[in-house]
Amino acid sequence: MIKPIYGLMAEFDNPTALVEAARAAREKGYRKLDAYSPFPIEELTDALHLHHNKLPLIVLLGGIIGGLAGYLLQYHVTVVYFPINVAGRPLHSWPSYIIITFEMTILLASISAVLGMLALCGLPMPYHPTFNVPRFALASRNRFFLCIEARDPLFDRARTIEFLETLKPREVSEVAP
Amino acid sequence: MADEPNVHRPKTIIAPGYTFGTVTDQIASVVLTKRTPVIWYVSFGAGLVLLLLFLLAVGVLFAKGTGIWGLRTPVMWGFAITNFVWWIGIGHAGTLISAILLLLNQSWRNSINRFAEAMTLFAVACAGVFPVLHLGRPWLAYWLFPYPNTMGVQPNFRSPLVWDVFAVSTYATVSLMFWFVGLMPDLATLRDRTHNRFARFAYGILAMGWRGSAGHWSVYETASLLLAGLATPLVLSVHTVVSFDFTIAIVPGWHTTFLPPYFVAGAIYSGFAMVLALAIPLRSVYGLQGLITDRHLDNSAKVMLATGLIVAYAYILETFSAWYGGNTYEQAMVWHRMTGPYAVSYWSLMLCNILAPQALWFKKVRSRPVFLFISAIVVLVGMWLERYVIIVSSLAQDFLPSSWSIFHATRWDWFTYIGTIGLFLFLFFLFIRLLPMISIFEVRTLLPAAKVEEEVES
Repeated sequence: MIKPIYGLMAEFDNPTALVEAARAAREKGYRKLDAYSPFPIEELTDALHLHHNKLPLIVLLGGIIGGLAGYLLQYHVTVVYFPINVAGRPLHSWPSYIIITFEMTILLASISAVLGMLALCGLPMPYHPTFNVPRFALASRNRFFLCIEARDPLFDRARTIEFLETLKPREVSEVAP
Repeated sequence: MADEPNVHRPKTIIAPGYTFGTVTDQIASVVLTKRTPVIWYVSFGAGLVLLLLFLLAVGVLFAKGTGIWGLRTPVMWGFAITNFVWWIGIGHAGTLISAILLLLNQSWRNSINRFAEAMTLFAVACAGVFPVLHLGRPWLAYWLFPYPNTMGVQPNFRSPLVWDVFAVSTYATVSLMFWFVGLMPDLATLRDRTHNRFARFAYGILAMGWRGSAGHWSVYETASLLLAGLATPLVLSVHTVVSFDFTIAIVPGWHTTFLPPYFVAGAIYSGFAMVLALAIPLRSVYGLQGLITDRHLDNSAKVMLATGLIVAYAYILETFSAWYGGNTYEQAMVWHRMTGPYAVSYWSLMLCNILAPQALWFKKVRSRPVFLFISAIVVLVGMWLERYVIIVSSLAQDFLPSSWSIFHATRWDWFTYIGTIGLFLFLFFLFIRLLPMISIFEVRTLLPAAKVEEEVES
């Protein structure tokens, strides 16, 4: 019995080749694939149909919660918990609440942006099968990789290697799980 | 990858001839090398010595109280608040570069944003020290935050000093997160490039398993844009809130509506001066002239000139509105500043902040790093004097001549101030040694080869 693998990985020299390869693989019908690059490539996002993530919504919710919490905290303290009557001025002095409400909005929105980003990416993830490919260390330097995963319905070890070879990669390697 | 054709662009931001590989190697080698330049040891050592001086000053302060400083009625804000405003202002340029210039699509920022953000963090750390030390009982600093307590009291949310606590702590937190998010891909690069087992482990943990997946990059870019969008109003709000510490009070020279924009412009002015003061020596020590080019220095100098002119306008407006407003105390305040005991400081700040930077109009000055470095230092001194004059001269001579008293800084004032410069240098040179001072992945995107050529598509 052959050992199961995580997928097959093709290595490219430049972003253009990677984007073309990703497009070709999508056209061929592969869906469980990911590309790895040392910097963000906008065209790749299009090629892999990766648009629309939920991060803006998460940040919006974080901001709303932060703003409400900031305002209600001040309202509670100055009106309910610790009211101080200064020359008959209203206890609910909303203009002076604006700044802390604003700062709390920004604070919680930013925290949810960072935590939301990590959660949507599934990070921290110290182990990932792609790290088993020795040359993958170059994905953070100057090489570009396309990985077709074994869980893709169209995946077939021999045929997928054949297909990846047609994309003129530098190298095709198997990714241990 | 040297055979990649150079795609024509109107102006290249970094020097030609770089490839993804060489950019990565050059920036990473500063961290991964075993050979540290002697000048690093000298600078780090100087920082460490001054840091020890700072610890001494703080130790004496804890033992004896704020009386060791020159604080006497009516000048109760002295050096501590001057230094606080100065440091936090310096921090603003880092956020401006990392957030506002990102939103404005100014890609030249990519090679200076990392160390400018680090500068922000360390400057905010230095700034945060002062209000806490100035509390008198610094170990009770947590009383500044609203928390359920047995005393049954809470902070006064109508006070600008409490607003400041929220503004500065939010600013420090958001700056740290923004900086760390920007570092993640570069930490992954260091993890993959280092041969040292411990370094690989440490960078690996910090990189959180970043692997440059397209799906991750897409979310990452969204996160960067959102954080930039959040940091932009935040940075403008921070110095506005700092200026509220003054404007909400009725002290002559403080109680004016134009102080917030004037403070923000002054903050960016001094911040860019600090960026230049750090970038010019760094790039020559580490041979990074190809990445931090003359164009970066030129652009920073132009920002400095522009914000300097706003500051100059504010000085003129300050004088004009005091005269035109007809308020006796405001008029007396301006007159005291110009001719009184702080006249030397006042006229030096005019010289440093208004007159000297006019040299930046000339391209000859802007293209000579030595001149730029000198003018940056002049501006930093000038901006410190500005805050000193605003705070001390207004307090020393306010409404009641019988309570007037002149502020004299003691050696402990100076030691604490110079000590925080040591803290800053110490942290900054640690950063230079342990983390990539230029954002590697963002510089990669500046290379001509990073462009996907669409017409090749079959």
